[in-house]
Amino acid sequence: MLDLLAGFVSQLRRSGIDISLTESLDAARAIEHMDLGDRESFKYALAATLVKDHSHSGAFDTVFDIYFASSAYDPAGDIAGELSELDADQGTQAGSASLGQDSGMNAGQGGNGQSLSPEELIEMIYKALLMDDQEWQRQLTRLAVTAFAGIEKGRPVGGVYYVFRTLRNLNLEALTERLVDARINSKKGEVSGLQAKLISDDVKAKIDAFKKEIESEVRRRLVADRGPEAMAKTLRKPLPEDIDFMHANREELASLKRAIQPLSRKLAVKLARKRRHKKRGPLDFRKTVRHSLSYGGVPAELKFKSPRASKPEIVVLADISGSVASFARFTLQMVHTLGTQFSKVRSFVFVDGVDEVTSLIDGSDDIGEAIYRVNTEADVVWVDGHSDYGHVFETFWEKWGKEITPKTSVIVLGDARNNYHASGAWALGEISRKARHLYWLDPETRSYWDTGDSIIGEYAVHCAGVFECRNLRQLEKFVEQLA
Amino acid sequence: MSDVFASPKDVSRGLEGQSYLSNESIASVVYLAAKLGKPVLVEGPAGTGKTELAKAVASMAGARLIRLQCYEGLDESKALYEWNYKKQLLRIQAQNIAEAEGAEVTWKDIEDDIFSEEFLLERPLLQAIRSEDQVVLLIDEVDRVEIETEALLLEILSEYQVSIPELGTVTASQVPMVFLTSNNMRELSEALKRRCLFLYVDYPELEREKEIIKAKVEGVTDELADQVGRIVRTLRELDLKKHPSVSETLDWARALVLTGIATIDPETAKATLNLLLKYKSDIEKASKELTLSA
Ligand SMILES: Nc1ncnc2c1ncn2[C@@H]1O[C@H](COP(=O)(O)OP(=O)(O)OP(=O)(O)O)[C@@H](O)[C@H]1O
Ligand SMILES: [Mg+2]
Repeated sequence: MLDLLAGFVSQLRRSGIDISLTESLDAARAIEHMDLGDRESFKYALAATLVKDHSHSGAFDTVFDIYFASSAYDPAGDIAGELSELDADQGTQAGSASLGQDSGMNAGQGGNGQSLSPEELIEMIYKALLMDDQEWQRQLTRLAVTAFAGIEKGRPVGGVYYVFRTLRNLNLEALTERLVDARINSKKGEVSGLQAKLISDDVKAKIDAFKKEIESEVRRRLVADRGPEAMAKTLRKPLPEDIDFMHANREELASLKRAIQPLSRKLAVKLARKRRHKKRGPLDFRKTVRHSLSYGGVPAELKFKSPRASKPEIVVLADISGSVASFARFTLQMVHTLGTQFSKVRSFVFVDGVDEVTSLIDGSDDIGEAIYRVNTEADVVWVDGHSDYGHVFETFWEKWGKEITPKTSVIVLGDARNNYHASGAWALGEISRKARHLYWLDPETRSYWDTGDSIIGEYAVHCAGVFECRNLRQLEKFVEQLA
Repeated sequence: MSDVFASPKDVSRGLEGQSYLSNESIASVVYLAAKLGKPVLVEGPAGTGKTELAKAVASMAGARLIRLQCYEGLDESKALYEWNYKKQLLRIQAQNIAEAEGAEVTWKDIEDDIFSEEFLLERPLLQAIRSEDQVVLLIDEVDRVEIETEALLLEILSEYQVSIPELGTVTASQVPMVFLTSNNMRELSEALKRRCLFLYVDYPELEREKEIIKAKVEGVTDELADQVGRIVRTLRELDLKKHPSVSETLDWARALVLTGIATIDPETAKATLNLLLKYKSDIEKASKELTLSA
């Protein structure tokens, strides 16, 4: 068990979760107190000792499933037995002995479901879901994966592929619809919109749970085939703070969206505190004297004025074209959420034309949403919708240059891929001379800088700093030192 | 407290006896905390029963609950102990008067005197450490304190002892169960998190929320609890500024029971949605999604 635990911990570390030695010792101590037969509470014991950040729990669950399902899983489980019981219970005619040979991995080759056709299997799943019979559903999950996933031994594809195949064959959308209809029809009298909505949400929740079962079933079989190490490797997902802005897929973007708000809020609290605790101000003589009265004239408690801390003024200039768009959105969102930590925040977005979007963002009570609207409402395309930094910097300098003051910190967001247009670096130079600081955040990996049409080097000479900013971790670090 | 609970199931039953409906994760972590003598850091959205958990554990274990409510600016003198200086000053003044009348006392005597038990103001942390009987220490909303205070907490949670320069070191005679709650306003230090077991308490699943409603709302029918639970679940799926908490769910259910409503039709829902949702824009969005505004 300790070996298994050690493998498990190092796998968690590999997915980016920081685990100290004490914590892994705690985990080992913890499981001594748990009943190993009770898989759930065993899991919670490990989670409580090893994972101290809720946003890491998804990564934990995946690795846990891989490591601790495999040993518990018995691929030669008695499906035949289950099925005949099932037949007896549910009165279906579908089961047959031929399914009995169908043990786990051999599914693909074995004569599967010869008498239980796909339609019949789906029908059974429909009934199990309708009757909300969880045990039956679990058994059917195994049959469904056997029948539909077509798992091939030793083939190094990720489980996603098999899950997808199974789900496509099951056609869950149609199943969802049927279930909703059946439940609505079973109600007497008229069904209000509210009832219909509740029913449909309930069905969705059940279908989601069923999908999850399918995923873990596929995972279990793959682990049984390839071992946990290999599986963990193919399934590894980055933590939200490590997701690359430029290459995030849909699911990753969603988890970034979830992560950004709490992260920004925490950062705001941290900055506000830092500012408040920046030393104390000068002695407040009057207050000290006033307080000394309660100590018979002894100035027992010294009182200080609060310090005056200056807040920077921020101008963000963000490229929102194609591949860098999500980077720009997350950065804008973070900066605006931190609004009160700066004396002023103004935002400009550009592609080959540039437009101010400050009021669009500030005027909305949902910053996240406003930023997603910026794309459609700002007037940023001048000629062809390909980034033209040179033209943008020149226009910006011309139109807004006089509003830059020695209090302004200007931050440019973009990959400096200028589509071989003129650089307009002189205008950036002017901006830099007038501003307090000019920073550039580039979402590309440093090794790509100045390759192809990236001319970050040419702009860098005018900047007080150019930072690689590929993920939330790097973004947070930059913003923190800015305020 | 390592032998008060026999198993996670036992914890779960015990909590239920206090009208606190737990789940496997909560029960397992509480059980482990007792076994390992480690503090639990409880995190999660507002109103999901984090504070209530510590209270329920205390009464289940027959222990006294000592609560340290955190806030910004909380410091050692409010968390741990403080010398009662007003009383000390009075004591010194009394001394001056006595001397004027010819009494002879050395400064050392005064010092020994004013730094004695009589002048000590015990705050929750010291109380918990010095307590002879079983206590559960609740450090509520720990994410509100400054880093320095957090460091102090950490020190105490590692050693269960403090040294008071004038009195010497005080060591706990028993390791109390400790719960720290956080709304995740601020990132807590790694060191503190390493020291604790971590428990995330999310909104309850449908079945558990129904049980909570039934346990906490007098006169509620199964059917009403079910409807309330389902509507709340649907609302939590929507993209709202603030999702309804368990306490808001309970308020809503209570209001429905009080007004004698047995089933929730769209009109009732529309009229009472403001008990569940606090923002106007959320209420509008929800009415639309639930098709309440016909
Ligand atoms: N599992 C539960 N069983 C019974 N009651 C519960 C449960 N969860 C929440 N409640 C009830 O919900 C209310 C809110 O709980 P509590 O104050 O403990 O929340 P909290 O998580 O500490 O919130 P906050 O983050 O705002 O401090 C309480 O009245 C409590 O009785
Ligand atoms: Mg609380």
